[in-house]
Amino acid sequence: MSHEAGLNAKGLRRDALAERLILFSLSGPAVLLVTMTMLVPVGWLFWLSFLDDAGGFSLEHYQRMLVQPSYGRAFRITFEISFITTAICILLGYPLAYALSQLPRRVANICMIAVMLPFWTSLLVRTYAWLVLLQRQGLINTWGIKLGLWDSPLALVHNLNGTLIGMIHIMLPFMVLPVYATMRSIDRDYLKAAANLGASPTLAFWLVFLPLSLPGLVAGALMVFILCLGFYVTPAVLGGGKITMVANRIATDIELFFNWGAASSLGVVLFILTGIILYAASRLVRLDRFLSGGGA
Amino acid sequence: MARDAALPIAVRQLTKSYGTLRVLDAVDLDVQRGEFLTLLGPSGSGKTTLLMMLAGFVRPDCGSIRFGEREVIRLAPHKRDVGMVFQNYALFPHMDVAANIAFPLKLRGIGKAETTQRVEQALELVKLGGYGARRIDQLSGGQRQRIALARAIVFEPRILLMDEPLSALDKQLREHMQIELRQLHERLGMTTVYVTHDQREALTMSDRIAVIDLGRIRQIDTPKAIYERPANRFVAEFIGESTFITVDVDAVGCSFNGVPLTLASQPSRKGSHQLMIRPERLTILEHAATAGINVLPATVTAAIYQGDSVLVQASLSDGKIVSVRASASARVPLVREEIYLGLKAADTYLLPVEERAA
Repeated sequence: MSHEAGLNAKGLRRDALAERLILFSLSGPAVLLVTMTMLVPVGWLFWLSFLDDAGGFSLEHYQRMLVQPSYGRAFRITFEISFITTAICILLGYPLAYALSQLPRRVANICMIAVMLPFWTSLLVRTYAWLVLLQRQGLINTWGIKLGLWDSPLALVHNLNGTLIGMIHIMLPFMVLPVYATMRSIDRDYLKAAANLGASPTLAFWLVFLPLSLPGLVAGALMVFILCLGFYVTPAVLGGGKITMVANRIATDIELFFNWGAASSLGVVLFILTGIILYAASRLVRLDRFLSGGGA
Repeated sequence: MARDAALPIAVRQLTKSYGTLRVLDAVDLDVQRGEFLTLLGPSGSGKTTLLMMLAGFVRPDCGSIRFGEREVIRLAPHKRDVGMVFQNYALFPHMDVAANIAFPLKLRGIGKAETTQRVEQALELVKLGGYGARRIDQLSGGQRQRIALARAIVFEPRILLMDEPLSALDKQLREHMQIELRQLHERLGMTTVYVTHDQREALTMSDRIAVIDLGRIRQIDTPKAIYERPANRFVAEFIGESTFITVDVDAVGCSFNGVPLTLASQPSRKGSHQLMIRPERLTILEHAATAGINVLPATVTAAIYQGDSVLVQASLSDGKIVSVRASASARVPLVREEIYLGLKAADTYLLPVEERAA
């Protein structure tokens, strides 16, 4: 008997189609939202970046980026700050995640809440809180001088230091979470096996634990780095006008010069650079395998 | 490896408690040089804890463990130099097969050429020659099991520990691997301690079996002795199927519910005893009076055809239900049919009388 004319074949096929339609319609609102609020405006900005003041096609915004050194500086400082923040987040986050992963699950969960707490507070609130803490007459400088740790107020804010402190603080949970999750999923038997085969705890860490936790580390580092590239509030508040990252530059172009084309072109370039980094990273570490949980 | 290079293991007074729960209770155990000893017990009996202590992963409260002359109780796991096969194999997923097997050699500073050679030898030994470049996730369960074994023996440890290594395999493969492991042990001769909760596996593979329950060794002996002469009711019930009937022993002889029985050996103590009956040692007799065999009249309560055999359940004169495993070619009796069960004198075994509240 052919499948086409089989018993109930038509009805069964219709059921399958109906199920697929229902699934599709469930994702409909989200697809619509993303299209309206993301793809359309981004497409529009992309379009704007190729128009001059008179509305004609032009590459002047991109040319300006190459000619004016202030644009290059904005990109360089953006990547520098993102890189340093990511590096310090790794140095702080990895040992923290390791310590948490070795605790009993119940204790670790409580500690994770402590890690997540700042995560649930408004970014603006946290940034201004750092301003209060770090400024010349702030808590840290006052106490540092009182305790005789240093003599005159340290320049902790309104510069690169402040920006980095604020960004690292905000980004740390993004590093700790994926690293912790990966470490938790590492079967303890791997470490036992390593020890049984003759590896000291230190060697077992370097030869087995670290490689197995690498997927989480890469995921965390990429997330931190890419989120850093788009930072605006923290450098604006804690950088004291001295730190101009790309996002700040975009804001200036729009608020001060009403130059949407220039702002758009910056956004487009940042978007493309981010894409290139993601692609390079995925080529480097086979991100797809890590993201699909193939690491452990 | 020469058999005399294997090390004996001597465990003394090994004790471990978690809170009020005593997982191991002053265990003494001697494993001979080159012996294949199985720790057999139900889950939670302490058998795995004991194995983990031999490997150094669980710290006992007190006691002594010697490998040969050397006391190892406080020695870190990575210095014990024992091979171990884990239940889930614990093959490193970020290394290929060859790197996994080379791992212990690399840590022992063995040169590249020799490492390559020994890895290939170990692969040949487990019949997976040429699999070196495979990734772990490309292997089947049985292949992983063999690789785990290759990794555990490649550095020629003098003691090999195995924690239910076959439990994740399907039945057919498991039985095949049991024989293969046994042959491998005969070839390599390393002292082997094997943990399982599968009695058939223990009977198949071991030189001796230590039956463990509630943190104590209940009996340690050869498979045949454990099966045929269990030291106590726990061992008798844990290994194989068994039914116990109460028999009376007096000066004249032994009787069950008034029916005289001939025993293999007359116990010294008079009074009531527990007679162990294994289903495969009973036969269904054609005639009520058969010479040279004990005859027990019974009524069939169930008869089940099982392919290789027929399982008959019958109630004896005192109402006790016994199982009988008869040949599948025999006639399947009907339910409520009156039958006569034969038990040879040589197959009778009275359980030793246990001291109360031991």
